[in-house]
Amino acid sequence: MAIIRYAKDSYELEDDQSVLDCLTHRGVAVPFSCRSGVCQTCLMRATGGTPTEASQQGLKNSLTLQNYFLPCVCYPETDLEVALPDDADAQVVIPATVKSLRLLNDDIMHVELECHAQIDYRAGQFINLFQHQTLGRSYSLASVPYEDDHLHLHVRRLPQGLVSGWIHDELRPGQTVEIRGPGGDCFYIPGDTEQSMMLIGTGSGLAQLYGIIRDALSQGHTGPIHLFHGSRDLNGLYLFAELRELMAQYANFNYIPCLSGDDVPAGYATGRAHDIAFEQIPSLKNWRMFLCGHPEMVRVTKRKAFLAGAAMKNIYADAFNVSQP
Amino acid sequence: MSEQESLYEQIGGEAAVNAAVDIFYRKVLGDARINTFFEDVDMEKQAAKQKAFLTMAFGGPHNYTGLDMRKGHAHLVSRGLNDSHVDAVIEDLGATLRELGVKEELIAQVAAIAESTRNDVLGR
Ligand SMILES: Cc1cc2nc3c(=O)[nH]c(=O)nc-3n(C[C@H](O)[C@H](O)[C@H](O)COP(=O)(O)OP(=O)(O)OC[C@H]3O[C@@H](n4cnc5c(N)ncnc54)[C@H](O)[C@@H]3O)c2cc1C
Ligand code: HEM
Ligand code: FES
Repeated sequence: MAIIRYAKDSYELEDDQSVLDCLTHRGVAVPFSCRSGVCQTCLMRATGGTPTEASQQGLKNSLTLQNYFLPCVCYPETDLEVALPDDADAQVVIPATVKSLRLLNDDIMHVELECHAQIDYRAGQFINLFQHQTLGRSYSLASVPYEDDHLHLHVRRLPQGLVSGWIHDELRPGQTVEIRGPGGDCFYIPGDTEQSMMLIGTGSGLAQLYGIIRDALSQGHTGPIHLFHGSRDLNGLYLFAELRELMAQYANFNYIPCLSGDDVPAGYATGRAHDIAFEQIPSLKNWRMFLCGHPEMVRVTKRKAFLAGAAMKNIYADAFNVSQP
Repeated sequence: MSEQESLYEQIGGEAAVNAAVDIFYRKVLGDARINTFFEDVDMEKQAAKQKAFLTMAFGGPHNYTGLDMRKGHAHLVSRGLNDSHVDAVIEDLGATLRELGVKEELIAQVAAIAESTRNDVLGR
């Protein structure tokens, strides 16, 4: 019989027993509701072994690619090592050396990290960076694994922010930090190369969009790719030159810098990035969407994109939630 | 036909649920009578729950009991969930199925299943 490993314990699966039943009968607190593979409340991740095909039915492809599955409908014949989505143990700690620090504008720092062990990630995922053992924050990956040697982060300084302040003021090249990850399901999945893509980001939300766009272009995406990057003022529109350069290089890439403050010079769209995006492209049927940055923007835009015709499975989003004090 | 197909099979099973979920959820979010109940929750999780609802209403395989329906909607009842909201949901469900070209006679059976849960959903 198959063995199910969870958090250093091993359980033998009984005949006709689902992975969910096996774990909950042993007192593991896996949340569940329908027990029939539809509500996705019980979502877990296989960190070893391969979940059954039936247990991945209906999951978003960015989740199945990361071996997520529904234990309530998983009856594996072979051993599985499993974790809950929030289990920190599911990710190993990797030491990384700071290779360089450079300001992209007044308050966004480009951080380059060299990992001491191999890290398998996709552009657009995030890592957790630790100032010390119990103080860590999520930062998105702007680098593309097969193009960039190191991990690239864009860290915005928040007023009195603990970790972002430490990164800006105290971190030095040569220093070693601990990271965990990667995590997140907001990334480019090869295929459907002619599909239209819309990316909307505010502030340092551009980090992961920059990674996703370069990844999509390198992998031969030919459909139109529209990037709307929003900021209050000119200073916030960092990577302006790089994005213009990319636009010159790829005919299917379109960069629309958006300014929501007063004083908008020629060549920039006036208004909030998501408003401008919906104005320019009102119908999003069959579009692939990427939304990153300010939590309220992401929440509102996700809903609007869905109502404008984008399928739920085609909407990828990361809200940069700051931890509640 | 020698074997009677179940309602769920006649509608098209899991594929029908997948086809219906985005249409139905879009209707619910656009329906001013009930969309406040669906605000401020994780949209992805919410869509998965709609799938659970549709599977149940289509007579598909599920393990929900009346008690689950009571517990699952109790927080909404305390926010004022009543008969008119159930009517609206059943209406949106019918409109969704019509859009997908499902026969009226099957739609009536789906509505009857949803109807049968009314008292549990409303905690009576
Ligand atoms: C998936 C994900 C990806 C992310 N990616 C990025 C990224 O690529 N780039 C990026 O810059 N950020 C990103 N973030 C945000 C990042 O993880 C941190 O939340 C952010 O850097 C703030 O951390 P901090 O420790 O500096 O601030 P914190 O110390 O956590 O404080 C956050 C804010 O709250 C305020 N605050 C704290 N305590 C109080 C209090 N008691 N009363 C009132 N206000 C208070 C602070 O002044 C500060 O402005 C991401 C977040 C998530 C969830
Ligand atoms: C008509 C009969 C109804 C049936 C059969 C039904 C069925 C269901 C099911 C199966 C779930 C998923 C539960 C879970 O797995 O957690 C659910 C959740 C939900 N239902 Fe209903 N429902 C009905 C009516 C309604 C009505 C009228 C409303 C509001 C207008 C409503 C609002 C919700 C909400 C908001 C959730 C998600 C709750 C959460 O996230 O905790 N339902 N319903
Ligand atoms: S409990 Fe609903 S999908 Fe597993």
